[in-house]
Amino acid sequence: MPTSLIQPEFRVKIDYDKCHKCGRCVQQCGWGVYDFNERPIPDDSKCRACHRCVTFCPAHCITIEKNTLAYRDNDNWSADARKAVWRQAETGGVLLTSMGNPKPYQRVFDHLVLDACQVTNPSIDPLREPMELRTYLGRKPDSVEVEPDGKGGFKLAEGAGLANNIKLDTPIIFSPMSYGSVSLNVHKSLAMAAERLGTLMNTGEGGLHEDLYPYQDHVIVQVASGRFGVNPDYLNRGAAMEIKIGQGAKPGIGGHLPGEKINKEVSGTRMIPQGTDAISPAPHHDIYSIEDLRQLIYSLKEASGYKPVGVKIAAVHNVAAIASGIVRAGADYVYLDGFKGGTGAAPQVIRDHIGIPIEVAIAAVDQRLRDEGIRNQASIIAAGSIRSSADLAKAIALGADVCAIGSAALMALGCHLCQSCHTGSCSWGITTQKPELTRRIDPEWGAERLVNLVHAWSHELQEILGALGVNAVESLRGSRERLRSIGLDEQMNRVLGVKPAGL
Amino acid sequence: MTRTMAPGVVEGYLKVAPTVTRDGDAVTIDANGVYYKQLNEAVRQAIDAGAATVRIENVNGQRYIGTGVKASGVRIEVHGTAGNDMAMFMDGPEIEVFGNAQDGVGNTMNAGRVVVHGDAGDVLGYGMRGGRVYVKGDVGYRVGIHMKAYENLVPIMVCGGKARDFFGEYMAGGMLVLLGMNTQFAEQPLVGGFTGAGMHGGVIYLRGSVEPWQCGKEVGIFQATEEDMAELTPILADYAEAMGMDIEQILAEPFTKLAPFSHRPYGKLYAPM
Repeated sequence: MPTSLIQPEFRVKIDYDKCHKCGRCVQQCGWGVYDFNERPIPDDSKCRACHRCVTFCPAHCITIEKNTLAYRDNDNWSADARKAVWRQAETGGVLLTSMGNPKPYQRVFDHLVLDACQVTNPSIDPLREPMELRTYLGRKPDSVEVEPDGKGGFKLAEGAGLANNIKLDTPIIFSPMSYGSVSLNVHKSLAMAAERLGTLMNTGEGGLHEDLYPYQDHVIVQVASGRFGVNPDYLNRGAAMEIKIGQGAKPGIGGHLPGEKINKEVSGTRMIPQGTDAISPAPHHDIYSIEDLRQLIYSLKEASGYKPVGVKIAAVHNVAAIASGIVRAGADYVYLDGFKGGTGAAPQVIRDHIGIPIEVAIAAVDQRLRDEGIRNQASIIAAGSIRSSADLAKAIALGADVCAIGSAALMALGCHLCQSCHTGSCSWGITTQKPELTRRIDPEWGAERLVNLVHAWSHELQEILGALGVNAVESLRGSRERLRSIGLDEQMNRVLGVKPAGL
Repeated sequence: MTRTMAPGVVEGYLKVAPTVTRDGDAVTIDANGVYYKQLNEAVRQAIDAGAATVRIENVNGQRYIGTGVKASGVRIEVHGTAGNDMAMFMDGPEIEVFGNAQDGVGNTMNAGRVVVHGDAGDVLGYGMRGGRVYVKGDVGYRVGIHMKAYENLVPIMVCGGKARDFFGEYMAGGMLVLLGMNTQFAEQPLVGGFTGAGMHGGVIYLRGSVEPWQCGKEVGIFQATEEDMAELTPILADYAEAMGMDIEQILAEPFTKLAPFSHRPYGKLYAPM
């Protein structure tokens, strides 16, 4: 009997006429595709199309192609569906995968277009005129108190309520990715970039490694159901604390970091023994209600001298009502993670079939909080596949205060979206703890690329704002009048609060 | 009719500073009618100012006593009923409650000792990483969930009465002990269902016996051996001393040990794609 019915997904082709026989590909591949016997010999079945070998081949003689097996046509039983059945028949296991939902669901962002000024109101040139991207993350006061500034004008009164807000120089932060799921060099890159950009990175639930202490004012420390690495010191170091309830890639389920990834450093940061699975229960067992959530929010505030506390949830069907409860529970921000958000490991069935798009969640939550008169009480952070500055601008126009980027940040560090984070063998040195792979990322190089990416998006956002004729990102926030939809049905337009193009 | 609120009212509570009296390095705080925020501020201030003993009187459900407090050689006495999340994230102090405690005692606690001379509620010691929690009487549901150990931090919880469902669920390290002695539920089983479900580290000791239906499928049920008792007895002696109980009486019944079959209960659950 064959050991597996599944044939290789990709074909690795080497043009041996050009090949230097240098063995670079053998050395670069984290998946063990290549053998070397006078020349590199690939095993197609191990290839994940991550392009590490292709990028580093000095002769440019490697091509990765799709293995175009002639599966008998069947629109209902796709090749993927058939392969999944075979894999499960072989193993009896829950199919495990990573990164974001790749299914061809409608991408709402791609059906939204932004406005611009023409003739009747002037656009602004952000290259020569001030264009404010500064954003304050946190609870805003119910009313603004001012006092004379002594020069005939007014200024915000002392302690007028913004004191507990975090100042961001741009409305882009890095999304939570734990040390353990990604390497320490990735964490360092993110922390260094966050400091240089005047924004934030987020520990995820794996604790804060001491190498990140110098950047702690630019770090959100996360508290998840496993409570890994959480103690008073950890809470006091962060700029803000975040209660992780859910993740867009895997709403409603916990996490298992496999024992293989718990090496000495990861174990020390998480404060758990080496080699045991790090199991995050599906719920926080001290949160079964909004009242319990409030209790945890205030325990964190009590333990940290009343620093801001955010709550991260996956965008699910009743997201608006849930977010309202979170704000009323005292959260300083609500972090919404859409169903295309990434993960270091998730069951495929969960990743691909649970949750709702972030665009819809932002609009629903923003509207609900406005209707209830509590929108000022918390900021909204949106995440779950923000792919460009256009997505960023559209998310803000729909009602987000800030967007968080995870997949895009990893792509800046070399990620090729091969969806193999869960294997722990990332050839790019990102989602692995193997020292021979993690050293492939130099934090200084990583930080520079992240800074470049965020600067580029920020400049583009300024251009968009200029075209819209506003001089601050504040003026775009929740301004759905500046959006129109193309090709969305009436019901979706109503949910988004957006008119169709032409109206 | 218009109702005017008293100045400083927060969610129905008077925002008043408690009365604090100082006697050498002992500080006494009257919690009567004081909101938790002002009470805990006063406790922290007293500790920061060098108090070795903080005695809180007339406690009536105020939350977060000792929460996030990092200090050594500090003793907090709670007279009355402690509120939720007492000693949460606590790192070092000793708290003694002369009364009952509510939910969440020792939640995510790091180090220190909590002694409750009464009953306690649900979710005690959730994610607790170190220190000790001793409860004299009964405890509720979800006690000791996801307790974990790391190097020299080994959390220990001893409950003198009976417990409900999910005792030691997801437990990853440390020791959880249930005695079934000082109980108001004489007719009920020692412990509820799903005991040790998903357990992958640490150990549970039960004075008496359990049926397999009460336990998660991830744990084995064993008679405590002499070696086990050698590990357990000093802890029980410390507990007996704290509670004013007779160690011989505690040891008069045989103990059952629950231990996980695997440190990786879900290692084979997944098929990587």
